[in-house]
Amino acid sequence: MIPFLALVRKDLKLFFNDRKAVIVGLLVPIVLASFFGYMFGGQSGKTETSKVPVLAIDLDGSDISRGLITQLGSDKNLDVKPSTLDAAREAVRKGKATVAIVIPKDFGKDAGHALFTGEDKPELGVLYDPSHNVELGMVRGILSGAVMQTVSKEMFTGKGGREMVNESLAQVENNPRISTEDRKALRHLLNGVNELNEQREREGESGQGTITGGLTMPYDTREQAITSGQDIEYNGYAHAFAGMGVQFILFMGLDVGIALLTLRQSGLWQRLRAAPLSRTMLLGSRTVSASLIAGFILLVLFGFARVVFGVHILGSFAGFVGVCAAFSLMTAAFGLMVAALGETVEATRGYSIMATLIMVMLGGAWVPTFVFPAWLRKLTVVVPTRWAMDGLDAMIWRGLGFSSALAPIAVLLLFTLLFGVLAVMRFRWRTE
Amino acid sequence: MLEVKHLTKNYGKLIAVTGVSFRADRGETIGLLGPNGAGKTTTVSMIAGLLSPDSGEVLIEGKQVKSDTDPVKLKIGLVPQDMALYDKLSARDNLTFFAALYSLAGAKAKQAIDDVLNLVGLSDRAGDKVETFSGGMKRRLNLAAALLHDPQILLLDEPTVGVDPQSRNAIFDNLEALKKRGKTLIYTTHYMEEAERLCDRIVIIDHGRMIANDTLQGLHKLLPVTNVIAIDLDHADSFKPEQMLALPEVKSAELVQGTLRVGVHDLPRGAPGVLRWLAENGHSYHHVSSEQPDLETVFLTLTGRSLRDS
Repeated sequence: MIPFLALVRKDLKLFFNDRKAVIVGLLVPIVLASFFGYMFGGQSGKTETSKVPVLAIDLDGSDISRGLITQLGSDKNLDVKPSTLDAAREAVRKGKATVAIVIPKDFGKDAGHALFTGEDKPELGVLYDPSHNVELGMVRGILSGAVMQTVSKEMFTGKGGREMVNESLAQVENNPRISTEDRKALRHLLNGVNELNEQREREGESGQGTITGGLTMPYDTREQAITSGQDIEYNGYAHAFAGMGVQFILFMGLDVGIALLTLRQSGLWQRLRAAPLSRTMLLGSRTVSASLIAGFILLVLFGFARVVFGVHILGSFAGFVGVCAAFSLMTAAFGLMVAALGETVEATRGYSIMATLIMVMLGGAWVPTFVFPAWLRKLTVVVPTRWAMDGLDAMIWRGLGFSSALAPIAVLLLFTLLFGVLAVMRFRWRTE
Repeated sequence: MLEVKHLTKNYGKLIAVTGVSFRADRGETIGLLGPNGAGKTTTVSMIAGLLSPDSGEVLIEGKQVKSDTDPVKLKIGLVPQDMALYDKLSARDNLTFFAALYSLAGAKAKQAIDDVLNLVGLSDRAGDKVETFSGGMKRRLNLAAALLHDPQILLLDEPTVGVDPQSRNAIFDNLEALKKRGKTLIYTTHYMEEAERLCDRIVIIDHGRMIANDTLQGLHKLLPVTNVIAIDLDHADSFKPEQMLALPEVKSAELVQGTLRVGVHDLPRGAPGVLRWLAENGHSYHHVSSEQPDLETVFLTLTGRSLRDS
């Protein structure tokens, strides 16, 4: 037992003796986690996101086109500015604007007619930056709503709208492609619109009513974040600190492996091997010391997150400790496997950094896994970091009980076993 | 104490060591001499149990090292060629750690650490981090770390590489003190003067093969000449050294920058005859000295190559 404890104590001493490395090793994940936490919602989960820059090119100049631009500008997610076609094209190309909406000449008139007849629909030009597909989808949705609201409002209440209703009535009467029954129904509808407009006008003149109108969204939403309990808001820092903790501990595990590879080429390894120590003791002590260091890093990270950002363990504390311990062990075993499979330090560093980054990314430490394609999401079940992240999220902010930690703990321990067995089997003990 | 029997180790087609055998008794120092890559470190690694030989065996007091945790390993102390210390720890912390590897703790460990620090003259620097030590001090601490568990056999793999002459002398003093305490030392080096100073017997290894195993005097007997008489002639220009070969005691003769170098096998018998012949043939001289061939010459004679150039 004396040699085992000495080996563990020595590793811990070496780690803590290098104070600059310890401080940097803790500071970097804290800074990154704080940044990501702020980006993904902060303490209230409601951090204001930046608006999508949109340029509007009005080639129509009608009440409808002006109304449409006003409607778009009132959306909290868009920053709408007027522009010309050439300037807008250049701005999108340079990435200064994400989307430019081109409202063509006669858009208002054509859209009004098309609203009732469905014929000769005008086209809105949408110039977009192909690297911002997600924002394009959002702008498209907002644009649809705004067009419907603006055009219908004008058709039901505006002066131009009344003229267009009359024009549409004439078109309906004269269009031979419209059947008698449809013509009758459309005539009834458009006359009804005319009557409504006249009634609104009378109410407006007598001061009896307020002119409102147009089609509106036939529903409202009531949004409620489901967190660990009622009135407990989601804390964006919780996931960010878990993610950065997982990432940096994996890198620490990688360092353990690289250090072991380097050690194997040194006189120290010869001295250790010359002593009456078993191989299990040499690798086991390294696993224990690496796990303790990983545990320490997690403790500091979550301690900081709690004090500064109010991140609390809202689920089972025992489950949280269990997931942290299982992940720490898995990381240490991963490090040993890196050392076992590695040939040279340089080559091993390259491919193991790549493996670590892939694990971190697929584990959802950077971005949530729901943004991945379905096949990739399925693949993440074979990535240990995914289980660590799920376990930590469940215990920290989802507020789930110990039973929810059991699966992540079991899977992480299985990975520990797998990596550990591979490490022992493939470790080259030769010292030459 | 230590018996090495027909050790052989191959790495694929590369023969690292083949047929190396020697024995070392209590208090004896054996030098493993050979150029870099000769197989010295591989031999030491097999003795220390770090490598398994392909054939042959190593017996320590009649027993083989059978596993990683075999107690026989307690009888061996290894001083690796590369520095085997933690730079970020103090000398005492390093030694405390290495003592614990041999299950030494508490007062026993403290006593052992104080003893070895005293032996290598680093007691006053015990609390300092190793990274602040000079190369020579690190080498001495490297030696101390191998002595903590009081091993009977000390394996020293080029323990003076890269140290200044003063530290080298200090290490030699330490080793001579250990020898006096009855320790068996196995010392690998490619410095002939180190082997000549320290070793009772010298095993010469080249390309993995043992080409000699004898005392220094015994190795000298392998040479065609055991002494060289150097004579500074007054008028060397017209002298023809091959004339000297007619004398029965003379084995070689050459003129090097005005100095006549005559090789003889028996100095007391050969020297008077050489000097008499010079006087009788009218060749005056102003200085005479004799030299014994060094291990470099021995190596050159045995392998046809210079040790330093190998």
